[in-house]
Amino acid sequence: MKITFPHIGNSYIPIKAMFDDLGVETVVPPKCSKKTLEIGTKYAPEMICLPLKINLGNYIESIEKGADTIIITGGCGPCRFGYYCEVQKEILRDLGYDVDIVVLEAPEGNQIELFRRISRIANTKNIIKISMAIKNAIDILKKLNEFEDKVLKFRPYEINGNEVDNLYNELITDLENSNGSKEMKVHLNRALKLIDKVPLDKNKDALKIGIVGEIYTVIEDFSNFDIGKKLNRMGVEVHKSLSPSEWITDMLFFRSFGMSKEVKIWNAAKPYIDTCIGGHGRETIGNTVLYSEKGYDGVIQLMPFTCMPEIVSMSILPSIQAEKNIPILSLIIDEMTGEGGYLTRLEAFIDLLRSRKDKKQLEGVN
Amino acid sequence: MKKVYLGVDVGSVSTNIVVMDSNKNILDNLYIRTKGKPIEALKIGLRQTRNKLDKDTKVLGLGTTGSGRHLASTMLGADIVKNEITAHGVAALNTVPDVNTIIEIGGQDSKIILLRDGIVYDFAMNTVCAAGTGSFLDRQAERLGIPIQEFGNLALKSKSQVRIAGRCAVFAESDMIHKQQLGHNQEDIINGLCEAMARNYLNNLGKGKDIKPPVIFQGGVAANIGIKKAFERLLGHEIIVPRFAGVMGAIGSCLLAREEVRKTGKTKFLGLDIADSNFNVKSFECENCSNMCEVVKFYRDEKLAARWGDKCGRWSNVQIAKDDEKLA
Repeated sequence: MKITFPHIGNSYIPIKAMFDDLGVETVVPPKCSKKTLEIGTKYAPEMICLPLKINLGNYIESIEKGADTIIITGGCGPCRFGYYCEVQKEILRDLGYDVDIVVLEAPEGNQIELFRRISRIANTKNIIKISMAIKNAIDILKKLNEFEDKVLKFRPYEINGNEVDNLYNELITDLENSNGSKEMKVHLNRALKLIDKVPLDKNKDALKIGIVGEIYTVIEDFSNFDIGKKLNRMGVEVHKSLSPSEWITDMLFFRSFGMSKEVKIWNAAKPYIDTCIGGHGRETIGNTVLYSEKGYDGVIQLMPFTCMPEIVSMSILPSIQAEKNIPILSLIIDEMTGEGGYLTRLEAFIDLLRSRKDKKQLEGVN
Repeated sequence: MKKVYLGVDVGSVSTNIVVMDSNKNILDNLYIRTKGKPIEALKIGLRQTRNKLDKDTKVLGLGTTGSGRHLASTMLGADIVKNEITAHGVAALNTVPDVNTIIEIGGQDSKIILLRDGIVYDFAMNTVCAAGTGSFLDRQAERLGIPIQEFGNLALKSKSQVRIAGRCAVFAESDMIHKQQLGHNQEDIINGLCEAMARNYLNNLGKGKDIKPPVIFQGGVAANIGIKKAFERLLGHEIIVPRFAGVMGAIGSCLLAREEVRKTGKTKFLGLDIADSNFNVKSFECENCSNMCEVVKFYRDEKLAARWGDKCGRWSNVQIAKDDEKLA
């Protein structure tokens, strides 16, 4: 059994750690690239959202490298992601690939079913061994996300330039070359210490932007043209409202106990939307409100073309923009998106935020 | 000795160059078709501009904008490279200081810019569809055999309403053909098209936006009086078309360059004679990863001046050593 999985940001690292610990062989798909997207676009239904296309490309590139079992995370949210596994199974079967697809989810909070599936791919029924591997993987994921958050936060304030990026690249290479969670943790702890020592110019007047929207396009930097880095280079501090670690802990644990960090976000969204509309639509609204209250200069919403929950929230955002006085830019991404137009919008948005901030500061002085 | 600033707007359809003196007076403006060859268009434009200027004119600064702004900057040496939205906003504010809304329709994109108290407050750009833009009008004018300059005036002669489906360029065209075959006369169809474009613009870009007067209409399509009138009918108030509506982007970059040079004290502009230089572009597919970026190498007089097009920065970030890397 050789296991593979789709890319979403750097999540492949903790997933690999987990299987390393269990002694199961994995095939990490090649990094998402134009070729991945081309393969995916060729075989996916035309009007399906972008993540499915990239996923499909990931699978096929992995299968070519010898993978025979695909694991994906599921979710019964009322958006098309709920159908991903079924559609992808059909497409791969039509293409003649003989692979197993295992959906990792706790259907309606059913932990036993989740463990049954995990024990199948983990090649063991030893619950303690499996739990330890999962726990370690989640630890790694959390540390990695913590590091990524700092990268987005620190980069615009760097004094010497490129130090954060170098650390980041080094860490990723180290993690890719490690075997098992133990080794990875050493690298992560070291990098987390080092990144705090990068000299920063804290007095620099940088803009702050929060990123909301559909989870895949927010997290997977290939799909969003590495928006974090682009904004950082324009001197903007960035925070992403969604991260895989929060999603996974919420999905797998808190939600089944009826408690969730999301409650705070839902409460913030309440005046505008008080029910789940699928995907992360409600979170987009809630996080936008929270960003405006935390003094962010602007919010950018990312979504794949034809994403229903985000289209609904996009139509609500103008009211928040008016009431909370925070500029919001919505960007829709698919395989046709040209980087030029994307960059023009980002640049114009930064100019807008900058002139608003300057004006506010000027009025504050007088 | 005359002192001027230059503004360059390299767009998809037209390349515009504006000459402005230190008191913000427009001395000259040039509108030439890009025809898919931005480098050629810029050279021609710059030569024409040079010929019109007095010998002892001194260029104090240069700004670029438009989709070809980075290319233009690499070629000419710009003091400031700005996106179209900001440039248009700056130019409109200079023309009508209390402007609240800018309608801008260019060759391949259209924008709405909302301003409040002298700063850009909100904006939107067309995303996936080019139905309401200049290229589409151009094509329809060509199909009907009417010079684009007369398009707007013909629309004004219309006496009865013909409604054209304006949601999509392809459907609009087939609907137009359908209306022609029903026997409607040309003026009415052209007017219908102008209305469809204005309606499409307001439904798409204007959705949920508070379009307050004064409204300025600029960009190449603003020369079309039929569309201006259609907007006035739909919005219910007067629309200002500035004298230099077609080159507002270039004017904006002029103004921005002027401000920038005041800060830095000197210009990066390489001089008007750069129009005689030889520009060469070579591209290759980088094979370092599966992204296979098409990297462009830009040569000025056989010398490598810049590289771009790579995702990772392997090529574009590397400082190009002077006099190095001759054109092979």
